[in-house]
Amino acid sequence: MLGFVAQRLLYLLPVLLAVSLLTFLIASLLPGDLAYVILGDQATPEKVAALRHDLGLDQPIWWRYLSWLGKVLEGDFGRSFRTGQTVLQAVTERLPISFELILLAELGALVIGVPLAIACAVRSGGAFDRFITGSAFCMLSLPAFLSAILLIYLFAVKLHWLPATGYVPFSEDPLGNLRCFLLPALTLALGEWPVLMRVLRSDMIATLQEDYIAMARAKGLKPARILLVHALKPSSLTLVTVTGINIGRLIGGTVIVESIFALPGIGRLLLSSIYTRDLVILQGVVLCVAIGYVLINFIVDMLYAVLDPRIRHGHA
Amino acid sequence: MATLELAIPEDVGAGSRRKTRKPGLLFWTAIGWMALVFALALLAPVLPIPSPTDMDMLDRRAPVSVLHWLGTDALGRDELSRVIYGARISLTVGLFAPMIGLTIGGAIGILAGYFRGRFDLFAVGAMDVLLAFPPLILALAVTAYLGQSILNLTCILGVLGVPAFMRVARASTLTLARREFVIAAHALGATHLRIVLRELLPNVALPLAAFFLLGVAVTIVVEGALSFLGLGVPPPISSWGSMIGEGRESLEIAPRLAFIPALAMFLTVLSFNLVGDTLRALTDPRQEVL
Repeated sequence: MLGFVAQRLLYLLPVLLAVSLLTFLIASLLPGDLAYVILGDQATPEKVAALRHDLGLDQPIWWRYLSWLGKVLEGDFGRSFRTGQTVLQAVTERLPISFELILLAELGALVIGVPLAIACAVRSGGAFDRFITGSAFCMLSLPAFLSAILLIYLFAVKLHWLPATGYVPFSEDPLGNLRCFLLPALTLALGEWPVLMRVLRSDMIATLQEDYIAMARAKGLKPARILLVHALKPSSLTLVTVTGINIGRLIGGTVIVESIFALPGIGRLLLSSIYTRDLVILQGVVLCVAIGYVLINFIVDMLYAVLDPRIRHGHA
Repeated sequence: MATLELAIPEDVGAGSRRKTRKPGLLFWTAIGWMALVFALALLAPVLPIPSPTDMDMLDRRAPVSVLHWLGTDALGRDELSRVIYGARISLTVGLFAPMIGLTIGGAIGILAGYFRGRFDLFAVGAMDVLLAFPPLILALAVTAYLGQSILNLTCILGVLGVPAFMRVARASTLTLARREFVIAAHALGATHLRIVLRELLPNVALPLAAFFLLGVAVTIVVEGALSFLGLGVPPPISSWGSMIGEGRESLEIAPRLAFIPALAMFLTVLSFNLVGDTLRALTDPRQEVL
């Protein structure tokens, strides 16, 4: 196991390094000079040249990359030239909101997906199974921003049950906080449950054909006990992985949902940095998100290896 | 949120659906819808419809009428012709971006799967780096620097699709390269170039083509998301995503302004998914074995 972790870690390092290089190159090679953006209308050639010198933009690119990387390794991701806030401050301030959203969404997807998957697996090929599998397929074609519009129309415009936009901190009003997370989390969950449902369903169908399930039936155990105790646990291996991977994947989904429901999370930070052309924040956020994404995938890999010994011994 | 990695082939639902996956009525309905959207998008300039950009401030959010079959939007532009012209954008980006992914990703995948060794290691590593970024976020960041245009959008979404196509091509090639006909070609003294082009390519092309359709669906969604956020195609060009974004503003007064393009996009994405999935099930040998 230790050897496996070490091996994966050794692979992780070059990937992270390349990720940082790519992030830097996107920001440096593509058109749009930081000095022009900062100076705006007042850009004269002399001012631009002076500012470029101050910012170190006149240095060779490899030198700029190394000095930037050095700062990043010390935890200095840069500072917004608009608000004066450091990238790290801005990200840590908004991270809990995105995190809460993703967790609630994943929870919602499990609550919808797991019971449906079990119900489908019990009578696979039946009318209910075909209906749910069909609906899941349709849901996969429904992008988050479409389901968001539908949910807003239904729950906020027509029924007036929930607020369409807005954010209340948890410390001020826990219930109000949950209320404003309900629609955004449901939006993401609607796109997530089909994935989880399909994975668990096909694993569960395979498990239910095992001999020990027949044995449990022959012993006269209650069907509910067989399903929930004997069948669910061994079938949920892939589900655990997919849930983990999707937590990383949902980081992308938060951009849309946070923008529609006006939640001040990471996704909104990224968007506002694009709208205001705050390139330092943009670069920092993209790097943070990418590192987080790589690390989450790494942890899921490890978790999978803990759960399934075949992986760490290279038989998969 | 549907993203580019959604469509990794061996992931979900290879269960017992295979029996019902013969092309049926649903499949042909999907083909029919795709054909209709294609035809409308191609013929848009010659169709007898009002201009999609002409504003009529006296006739804003007009209801359905003989003159405007689907009414007008918040700026008095004809909704039907905006939906039809929006299809042009969605289909242009949706078809050309996966073609970039298909060409580059397919080529790298076949070569990596055939030659293996160091090139394979490097190619897989490079793809891992690209996959380290959530696709939508990378697309947002790059459009922010490059600027918004249809060409830029297509190129970015195309590059983002490369890893997925590369994986499909590599996985197929890895199994094919061990088959008898490849070994036989080797023994007959065929060059690497000949084996790749004449023996491997025709066999990899089929799963890649099925995957291409799924790629189109994903690309239409991502393009829609970017345009919805106002970071896709620049106005006044209409795209389904930007129309939904504009329609959101008048959800209380005229919900159809958001729902009509939403329905068009949903049906199109669903059709591409359905046809792609059916073809994949037909061409994927693993599911027949199951």
